[in-house]
Amino acid sequence: MTSPTSTTLVDVRDLNVHFRVRRGLAASRSIKAVDGVSFELSPGQTLGIAGESGSGKSTVARTLVQIIRPTGGTISLDGEVVTNLKGSRLRRYRRRMQMVYQDPYDSLDPRMMIREAIGEALAVRGLAKSQHKDEVNQLLHRVNLPASVATRYPGQLSGGQRQRVSIARALAVNPEVIICDEAVAALDVSIRAQVLNLLKDIQRDTGVGYLFISHDLSTLRFMADHVAVMYVGRIVEYGTSDEVFANPLHPYTKALISAVPSVTSRGQMRLKLSGEPPDPGNPPSGCPFHPRCPEAIDECRRERPELLMTSSGQRVACHVVSARQRKESAKGSA
Amino acid sequence: MINLPESELNAAFGGSEPTVLSEPNFWRRAGHSLLHDPIAMCSFAFIALLAVVAVFAPFIAPFNPLHEFSNGLSFQGAPVAPNGHFLLGTDASGRDVLSRLIYGARVSLMVGVVATGLASLIGVVIGTVSGYVGGVTESILMRFTDMVLSFPILLFCVALIAVTGPSARNVVLVIAFAYWTYLARVVRGQVLSLKEREFVTAARTLGVGHLKIIRKHIMPHLLPTIIVYGTLGVATSILIEASLSFLGIGVPLPQASWGEMISEGQQYFQVAPWLLVAPGVVLILTVLAFNLAGDWLTDLLDPATRDMGR
Amino acid sequence: MTGWLVRRTLQMLLVVFGVVTLAFVFAYIVPANPARMVAGPQASPAAVASIARQLGLDRSVWSQYLSFLGRLLHGNLGVSFALEGRTVASEIWGALPYTAVLAVGGIVWEIVIGIPAGIIAAYRPKSFIDRFATIGALFGLSAPPFWLGLMLIYFLAYKVSLFPINGVGHPLIWYMILPSFTLGIGGAAFYSRMVRTTVLQVLRSPFVEFARLKGMPERTILFRHVMRHALTPVITMLGMDLGYFLGGVLIIESIFGIPGVGQLAYNSISTLDVPMITGTVLVAAVFMVVMSFVVDVTYTFIDPRVRLNRAK
Repeated sequence: MTSPTSTTLVDVRDLNVHFRVRRGLAASRSIKAVDGVSFELSPGQTLGIAGESGSGKSTVARTLVQIIRPTGGTISLDGEVVTNLKGSRLRRYRRRMQMVYQDPYDSLDPRMMIREAIGEALAVRGLAKSQHKDEVNQLLHRVNLPASVATRYPGQLSGGQRQRVSIARALAVNPEVIICDEAVAALDVSIRAQVLNLLKDIQRDTGVGYLFISHDLSTLRFMADHVAVMYVGRIVEYGTSDEVFANPLHPYTKALISAVPSVTSRGQMRLKLSGEPPDPGNPPSGCPFHPRCPEAIDECRRERPELLMTSSGQRVACHVVSARQRKESAKGSA
Repeated sequence: MINLPESELNAAFGGSEPTVLSEPNFWRRAGHSLLHDPIAMCSFAFIALLAVVAVFAPFIAPFNPLHEFSNGLSFQGAPVAPNGHFLLGTDASGRDVLSRLIYGARVSLMVGVVATGLASLIGVVIGTVSGYVGGVTESILMRFTDMVLSFPILLFCVALIAVTGPSARNVVLVIAFAYWTYLARVVRGQVLSLKEREFVTAARTLGVGHLKIIRKHIMPHLLPTIIVYGTLGVATSILIEASLSFLGIGVPLPQASWGEMISEGQQYFQVAPWLLVAPGVVLILTVLAFNLAGDWLTDLLDPATRDMGR
Repeated sequence: MTGWLVRRTLQMLLVVFGVVTLAFVFAYIVPANPARMVAGPQASPAAVASIARQLGLDRSVWSQYLSFLGRLLHGNLGVSFALEGRTVASEIWGALPYTAVLAVGGIVWEIVIGIPAGIIAAYRPKSFIDRFATIGALFGLSAPPFWLGLMLIYFLAYKVSLFPINGVGHPLIWYMILPSFTLGIGGAAFYSRMVRTTVLQVLRSPFVEFARLKGMPERTILFRHVMRHALTPVITMLGMDLGYFLGGVLIIESIFGIPGVGQLAYNSISTLDVPMITGTVLVAAVFMVVMSFVVDVTYTFIDPRVRLNRAK
């Protein structure tokens, strides 16, 4: 694991989010939504988090903005530990990390004019009411929306327009990081491209860091500099976007990538992924992927694999890959 | 070319949006809907008429409602039937029924509106606090609400009046103290689900303070419910006030109250049926008007909760 | 399942306790001179003083409260001064059967009128009978029971001697028809509208459509599927009915001269017989809490979804 450098923007170590669920009067079990997750985000970069539903990626997002409190681990922003903030420190922190949500219909208050919705963020920033109008127009311009949108209501806008408003609102407080939680998943494909390009422009202009959460790998390929693949609350593969997509190591990653339709992959065999993601409250023993894994070996059933660095610089949590690595390095030194 | 207003297009192709009070189209749509519903129109017209009558009672009523006319009683001392002079006849003390009805409207409306207003205030505050804060506070507040709800509403009001003494002020306070519970429960439920809406989460992420969130995001969404329950609440309050007055423990004599008039009419119904019919009809029409108005408002503002509430 | 049952029972007991406490607060703390309220407006100062001693009003609030609870546990609801010292408890006990018959009658009317009206209206929406039922329902909801009762007496008992004007006699049922109708019509109105809404929803649901496609006769659909769904909200409401009834009997019994609990309460109002009023209200409230508990438990047996939910 690389140690956090002074250029690291967000540093997450061993994040744990365990929920206690009561069963009956006495017994209770814990659902490990996020189980020992660590990653870094550098300024001006995008970290993509991939995974299916139940992988814990949305929980990670919500923990970072402190909507959900983690049960363990640390989160640092710009070197400052921000894991369990309260009161005024929490309020000051909130401005630095913002979120754009999946549902364009529900993330804006239907009873508030767009101008008021963005104005709310400006008020948090401390901007005087007299200057709101101009700033709102500027922000709308930034997200390629006409100024006339300011006096409309969310119900009068399309999905793509609403997401742009959400982005404008997030930008209004000048955050250092923006978390996009499936921000384009609910949009039509043609609109999706526009919004993604917009996000890239903004990053180029302001140097804001993105944590981009998506189940859609083609989106991540486009947006992310680094990718972390999550499965049942853990990261199973982690590396630069190029590495992971060109040379996926973990069997789960391989299956996900092969499922993405691509113009170039002609006649390539699709790795079929059978079964469903397991219940996070009752994960399989050892490596949680082993029941569906085509390459599983004995050890996979017994022991949970650690996230280890490979010779190529990627990090993978897989016994099979580790075994292969050991064989190769043994061969190399022989 | 299809020429639909934007709101209709959105409704047809967009998501299912709840009716937004602050939207510019809303009032136009509301007025449109009202014009096409004759029953609702009549109800609102009746309520308006009643309000006018109540406010301008001294100018509208033909006589002083408290005055016992010497020509108000027949030779045998019985109430006089409706005639050209006393349009709705007189009661057992020779007082003009029509004038008493008009002044009775004052009592009913005043009690109905004030009691419901007070109940709404209490109910909304308690419901919002328990729904938003949750935890132990919610449990305690809701338990207390349940306890008060356990008392049958009329009996509860009767008992409270017996203990505090009949007066207009006590009637209002007692009804308010009984009715807030219904609003508190409903508001709490709504706040609970509103809390989870993504725009509330977004506001929290922005760093907006709790009080501001309640004021700007939660309260406006509660408005439809408050309006609907308020309207129905006036109907209920008027009925309870009439019941209390009927029992003799409502607004004290000699103030005219419809319930009291009916109680008096009870004794004379063989001789003077108009004493019973007139206030009864007016009472029914009033309660009916508020119920129908409340129904129409429900359909307009909160279609999800149609046909609920007595 | 037992877990839920235990919790629900505890909750009920807690609410009963709270109700009792509320009654205590309103009977002894709120009034300026509780002893006078209990003794009655006619009592002599000596009598008031002795009552004050009896109630322990000179002691602390806590010990008053505890002795209040103690009296309750012994079934002692106090003594009615208006009725020459007869105990509140015995009076209520004696009046209970009449009120019970009245209440049952009211429920019968509610079900007999409300449910069929709702179903018919749903099967023929916007028809004449639907509109008629709706107007009737609105009328039933808005008409104050006391006025309705008086009208019924005037037209059906006085003008036309179809029913006795008031009182009770033999056969009891005959005397109960008008009063129970007056009591139940409000509920019938409410039920008919609710049943109409529910049945309309059910008739539009996919599984009814499927049953029709299968060729199931309309009547079977009605009895096997529709009824079950129409009845569920009715049963919920039956529990809440009690609250409405307990208020309604107060007036109806006094109009129709039925010597039930309602009339007890009514009489005690004019004499400001506080022990009787507090006693009746307390009994009514506790009864309601217990009934809602019973309804809640019954639900478990009726609706499998509820049963499974609670068993978790």
